[in-house]
Amino acid sequence: MIYCYDGSWHGLLSVIFESFRLRAPATQIIPTDLFQPGFFETPVTVSTDDELAKRVLKGVRKKSGKAGTDLIYQCFLSEQAGIELKIYHFVRIAMASSEDVLHNYRDDTILQLHKIKKMIGREVHRMHAFVRFQETKDGMLVALINPDFNVLPLSGKHFVDRYPALHWLIYDTRRHYGWHYDQHQSRFITLSEKQHDYLSVNLLTELETDYQTLWQTYFKKTDIPERRNMKLHLQHVPKRYWKYLVEKWD
Amino acid sequence: MNNRTQEKLEILADAAKYDVSCSSSGSKRKNTKDGLGNATGMGICHTYTQDGRCVSLLKILLTNHCIFDCAYCVSRRSNDVKRAAFTVQEVVDLTINFYKRNYIEGLFLSSGIFKDVDYTMERLVRIAKKLRLEHKFNGYIHLKAIPGASDELIHEAGLYADRLSVNLEIPSEMSLKKVAPEKDYASAFKPMNYLTETIQGHKEEKKTIRSTPNFAPGGQSTQLVIGATPENDKHILELADGLYQDQKLKRVYYSGYIPISDDQRLPALRAAPLQRENRLYQADWLLRFYGFKVSEIVDEENPHLDPELDPKMGYALRHPEHFPIDINKADYEWILRIPGVGVKSAKKIIKARRFGRLRMEHLKKIGVIWKRAKYFLISADRDFIHLGFNPKVIRQEILYNGKPKKDPNQLDLFGNPLAPIPLIATTPQIKSV
Repeated sequence: MIYCYDGSWHGLLSVIFESFRLRAPATQIIPTDLFQPGFFETPVTVSTDDELAKRVLKGVRKKSGKAGTDLIYQCFLSEQAGIELKIYHFVRIAMASSEDVLHNYRDDTILQLHKIKKMIGREVHRMHAFVRFQETKDGMLVALINPDFNVLPLSGKHFVDRYPALHWLIYDTRRHYGWHYDQHQSRFITLSEKQHDYLSVNLLTELETDYQTLWQTYFKKTDIPERRNMKLHLQHVPKRYWKYLVEKWD
Repeated sequence: MNNRTQEKLEILADAAKYDVSCSSSGSKRKNTKDGLGNATGMGICHTYTQDGRCVSLLKILLTNHCIFDCAYCVSRRSNDVKRAAFTVQEVVDLTINFYKRNYIEGLFLSSGIFKDVDYTMERLVRIAKKLRLEHKFNGYIHLKAIPGASDELIHEAGLYADRLSVNLEIPSEMSLKKVAPEKDYASAFKPMNYLTETIQGHKEEKKTIRSTPNFAPGGQSTQLVIGATPENDKHILELADGLYQDQKLKRVYYSGYIPISDDQRLPALRAAPLQRENRLYQADWLLRFYGFKVSEIVDEENPHLDPELDPKMGYALRHPEHFPIDINKADYEWILRIPGVGVKSAKKIIKARRFGRLRMEHLKKIGVIWKRAKYFLISADRDFIHLGFNPKVIRQEILYNGKPKKDPNQLDLFGNPLAPIPLIATTPQIKSV
């Protein structure tokens, strides 16, 4: 059975619930807007139902704990083609088994999910490391990001813990939404204008460029030329992140 | 900020960079509602230098004026370099502004000795105090505990810093006397031992009285310069092991000596001994995370680590009697001793084998480096005992097979199969404790 859903997390969980209810195993789960009609099968379109989604999560938590629900949610954020079926597979065997299958690395799909989660974890860690804030004239700190996966929902809390007394925004320019924090609460926002990859200098405080220059100086001076190892450098700081790294700008 | 700050930063970052430690982990400082920053859990490398070292902290000297004349140090009195000194406020401003832009995890502050030790130490403490109390800064602070400073100042430093370090630098007192006649081991061990006791004391007290203030919650570390003096690897590892056991250090850093001067007291080196440094870090990891003893890594017959092979492989080849290890039955400690199996793979193996016997395909997917591990283990599908275990043969296999084709040394292999291939040295990642 082919299932279509709205592309949201709860949408996918609703599909999984529905496939259990209909006793009709999924052969394909795909966001409606990506579905290309074939000749043989008509898809079942499942509408998102938060209550049903929560029941699926509750079921997974019962079998595999928070680690289980974290695993499938984080893998979902990878936006990989076909990730839906892998998550579906996990929920199915988790429900069917009498013991916790979370660490059954002999199962290929479960091992793959763990690998994807690790990849996501790495990207989240890179966001914690590579986000660079710039201070605007009105005292807000703004950072632009463009992560490989949709990791903003997993990355913001770190900064809430760190900068509770500051006003800041982290904006994903590829997915057009940001995490905004105003010293009291966090919320996701989307700017009306499409955001470019760079912030205009007109927006920034004068001190901003001073500190950027100082940081570039520091970066240059802390280098030890006798030990140069560009291969290692690139491994740690892949080029695709450079456009947001102040120290790599010049 | 003005050009003067810029120039000072150039001089004082440059002078601080030979201290290889940049760890920001191991502490547990939580933020307050109106505070700035935290230092919980693992450290973060915000960028990497072009030599591949982690940049986690703003690492600077307060000043590079120094009354001492240690041959291994760029800032020594007799060296003709530009001198500068930050004001307390400049260091505070840099730290806060770098931190809130997410450039750094915190501050690593060291200093040359100007006037006298206490005067210098007092300045370092004042900066940490100002950051903590006036700016409610809860990010990471690493301060140098300067040998010879009073216990009171060292104590105060511990109240504000996450980590303190006293660098031994030269791995034996005899060599130290030669290159730094004004220094001795006793004055370095005094603050170190004071810190060991106080850190332990606070930890104990905290168990019963929760309001006990933090005292250097990230512990203490030290650095040893490698290759400037004649100590062998056995000597260095025994010294490090003692520091881990007795002084309870969190980390010992090894810094391959970079010929920064033409000082007559030091050997002229062509290049920094980066490969040796790398092997020492690998051995250090074996001591701290793999349950190895120093005597299992180096001994009288092999006082130096094998430059061609990592020390774990070296151990396995010297002790064929312990191998192969049955991956489906052996205890965790023994699985950890298989070359090509790391801490994470070993833990996964223990968990996964509950679901059924593991075969080669499982191990590969779990992350075991098969081309290294295959000689040393038995999995469900193959019994390697029948292949025989000849350390010499395995050594040849590992060193000369499976090399990338583009290796410029490959041609030599046909002429002389025993020719050692220079390995590419990599600086280990200095990130976690």
